Amino acid sequence: MTKQIKSKAMIALGFAASTFALATAAQATDPTDPLVVNGDLEIVTNTAAPAHMDMIDTIQSGWEFRSHETQDLQRDDFDNPGMIFVDDAREAWDTAEGSEGKSCASCHGAPEDMAGVKAVYPKWNEDAGEVRTMEMQINACRTENMGAEALGYTSGDMTNMVALMSAVSRGLPVNVAIDGPAQATWEQGKELYYTRTGQLELSCANCHEDNYDNLIRADHLSQGQINGFPAYRLKNAKLNSVHARFKGCVRDTRAETFSPGSPEFVALELYVASRGNGLSVEGPSVRN
Amino acid sequence: MASGVRPRVKVPKSASAGETITLKTLISHPMESGQRKDSSGNVIPRSIINRFTCEFNGQMVVDVTMEPAISTNPYFEFEATVPEAGDFKFTWYDDDGDVYEETKPVAIG
Repeated sequence: MTKQIKSKAMIALGFAASTFALATAAQATDPTDPLVVNGDLEIVTNTAAPAHMDMIDTIQSGWEFRSHETQDLQRDDFDNPGMIFVDDAREAWDTAEGSEGKSCASCHGAPEDMAGVKAVYPKWNEDAGEVRTMEMQINACRTENMGAEALGYTSGDMTNMVALMSAVSRGLPVNVAIDGPAQATWEQGKELYYTRTGQLELSCANCHEDNYDNLIRADHLSQGQINGFPAYRLKNAKLNSVHARFKGCVRDTRAETFSPGSPEFVALELYVASRGNGLSVEGPSVRN
Repeated sequence: MASGVRPRVKVPKSASAGETITLKTLISHPMESGQRKDSSGNVIPRSIINRFTCEFNGQMVVDVTMEPAISTNPYFEFEATVPEAGDFKFTWYDDDGDVYEETKPVAIG
């Protein structure tokens, strides 16, 4: 392995010297470079798996499974198309809505003051007596505090706002609690993760635990981490929420899916999020 | 006016005289082609940005004619040589007559 890398580096050196002008103009990033956003925000894209995972030693962000061109889009916020939607959410953050005449900013200040919040969601809410996703909390805020209408669970406005919350937490480690009152929900999520569904009889684990890094037809299977969500997908040119992705995956097993926002998907989100404990919050990420 | 249009540009704050710098521009815009139909079968009228220009101290750097096949949120990346300190002025022309402008200064040093 070391030998291979050495010889590659020497070839690259010779190539760079002979085509100096070209190389400087393109400023190509070394494909093996770790993910650093805007030159100063380091993102952990692989680390030791949390203790509750038996089958995987190293957890990897979906970023590591994408092509170098796609990876590079995340190195600079200007190149990351997901940031367009974050900008939209920033406007919404300051816009008063509903009967109380409040905006998000009225109570929460600047979006940056919410740094670290996304890293611990989904999270047990004592008053409501349930595990809440970021989307549920946003809608609770809207209906209870702002007197505004709830947003559709996977609607553009909702996903953009979740992306803003994610963007201000980027670089912080995912750290969702799986013990205490959240444990029952977490257990339910784990059960769902390992349950085969649909005509193809596939569970989440069949692809994302047993076969990650293999190809499923033309697609390079990742570990199914959600630290990068909401994800901007090049195939549909918008941000995609976790539950929309879950729905797509379950549909692909040719099953009737759970609905986005359903208790089943909330439980699954908690479990899948906990499989990424230790990775950096990365959303809005860019995926294919 | 098309909704949610927001120009963004990225220009280095400073350059050495005669240096070639990379400029990146992106404008959020639906770029409706005029070929699509809505759910009731009516043609959605064309609404695109049809021209993009970049000037440096009044001198044209690029002047682009844009056509309906260009995707949503058009992105341009190009290079320019900076002979002196000055302003880059970026202009987008919308089908509906709107003009979006953005100006960024470059210092020499």
